[in-house]
Amino acid sequence: MIEVDHLTKRYGPHTAVEDVTFRCETGTVTGFLGPNGAGKSTTMRMICGMTPPSSGGATVAGRPYRELPNPGREIGVLLDASAQHAGRTGRETLTLAARTMGVDRGQVAAKLDLVGLNDTAARRRVGAYSLGMRQRLGLALALLGDPRVLILDEPANGLDPEGIFWMRGLLRDFADRGGTVLLSSHLLREVEAVADRLVVIGGGTVVAQGGKDELLAGAGTLVRARDQHALRLTLDRAALPATAGADGGFVVRAEPGEVGQAAADAGLVLTELRPAGAGGLEQLFLTLTAGASTKEAVR
Amino acid sequence: MTTATAPTTAPRRHEPVVSGPSLARLTGVELRKLADTRAGRWLLVTIGLIAAAIVVVQLFVVEPEDQSFTAFFTPSLLPVGLLLPVLGILSITGEWSQRTALTTFALVPRRQRVIVAKLAAVVLAALGSVLVSLVVAAVGTLAARATGGAGAWTFDWQLLPYAAVFQVANVLMGAGFGLLLLNTPLAIVTYLLLPTVWSVLSAMITALREPAGWLDTSLTMEPLLGPDVTAGQWGRLGVSLAVWMVLPLAAGLLRTLRREVS
Repeated sequence: MIEVDHLTKRYGPHTAVEDVTFRCETGTVTGFLGPNGAGKSTTMRMICGMTPPSSGGATVAGRPYRELPNPGREIGVLLDASAQHAGRTGRETLTLAARTMGVDRGQVAAKLDLVGLNDTAARRRVGAYSLGMRQRLGLALALLGDPRVLILDEPANGLDPEGIFWMRGLLRDFADRGGTVLLSSHLLREVEAVADRLVVIGGGTVVAQGGKDELLAGAGTLVRARDQHALRLTLDRAALPATAGADGGFVVRAEPGEVGQAAADAGLVLTELRPAGAGGLEQLFLTLTAGASTKEAVR
Repeated sequence: MTTATAPTTAPRRHEPVVSGPSLARLTGVELRKLADTRAGRWLLVTIGLIAAAIVVVQLFVVEPEDQSFTAFFTPSLLPVGLLLPVLGILSITGEWSQRTALTTFALVPRRQRVIVAKLAAVVLAALGSVLVSLVVAAVGTLAARATGGAGAWTFDWQLLPYAAVFQVANVLMGAGFGLLLLNTPLAIVTYLLLPTVWSVLSAMITALREPAGWLDTSLTMEPLLGPDVTAGQWGRLGVSLAVWMVLPLAAGLLRTLRREVS
């Protein structure tokens, strides 16, 4: 289990992470979503004791990370797949970690096999690895101590579609056997398929969190009209917060009934009116990249 | 927990009894890290080769009757002592330049333990280098006998602890610079420039000559290569090492503990 409690990180006047609070329950996969620079990595680094928080705290398996005697045996961490010594072989990288944790040497080969790095790849130096291979090595490293918790920062980065599919299965299986997974991504689709819960972060603050289904359901209403301009005016007049979708419609933070009523009152002809579903979350997600004004749009 | 053993086939341990890695284990890992990359291996090989090369040179330049074990041993310490600090620097800064600190500190979040293990590893390497110097001196002595030199096995045993102090101080000074600056080229250049800066400055400024006797490690460490070190010389050595070894190590440790890893 991971508990993040009011984590805040300031760099001078700039606040990278502000008052982030969430929990990752045992047996679940939590998707940590946000555009680049939203504060995902900073939050994860704070959870793992790499970055001292300005205020707030986090515990993993009931303790602050830095107080865990042998964290590799309880928590598998992959913060940056590229952060490996280019001159070491894949196998040597794992061997060092196995020795540090006191893990049986046989596990090195077993985990390399598990992530699909064959003997030839294991003998090559990490400097010659592709990003996808580094991600696999990083995942092997995270799994090496047979942990109960996984913290993975953008693990799908650089993996091919087959690799992403494989990783989803692996993480799902890990959670189903009683593990806890926190994985970050800037791609909603990537996380949607595997996560039970979502924590959406933008501009350093959590803008939405909850069960995936609940979030997708509450993601607003997609509405389209013949006269898009009149629809915009109508929605504004009815004080319904709307954002323009990429393909002409609007995503409105309200129930379809409310939106339909407003349109009917204005005598507008609608061509589409439905719960936005994943599209709505994606819309929310896109608007996050637009900047700080998003926070208001979401609330 | 002596009788209860979890079946090995269990998918996960529900109650993991895990103790942290001991310092001995961590030191072993750090020793391995010194040699498991091409760059690291070559640095170690170079240190050995240079010690050997010095002995070969001695065979040619030293008068045959003066070719003793000591005459081979002492000169091999200097070039090795020049490279050991680089080993000390790299063992620390490599974690940051290659960003492996992210993995290292994820596995051992008590960073001071990693640092202590690293220092222990480089100290062991420094002591190992003294052994290498002994071996090449022995080989040199045998070669001298074979080529008509005196090849006397004379050796003042006092030289051995002095040599150990000399090399350990060298490697720890390097590690201190690495720990403080956390940047490979910066640490190496600063470390190597320092003695030159001392000699240039004290040549220009007479007021610096007296402090140099207490602070310039290239002067204060010199007596360690001779058969006797006086109390006054130990004092000067202690002061210079406090400034160039203890201080960087302490400040560097603080910096490393607080530094954000990314």
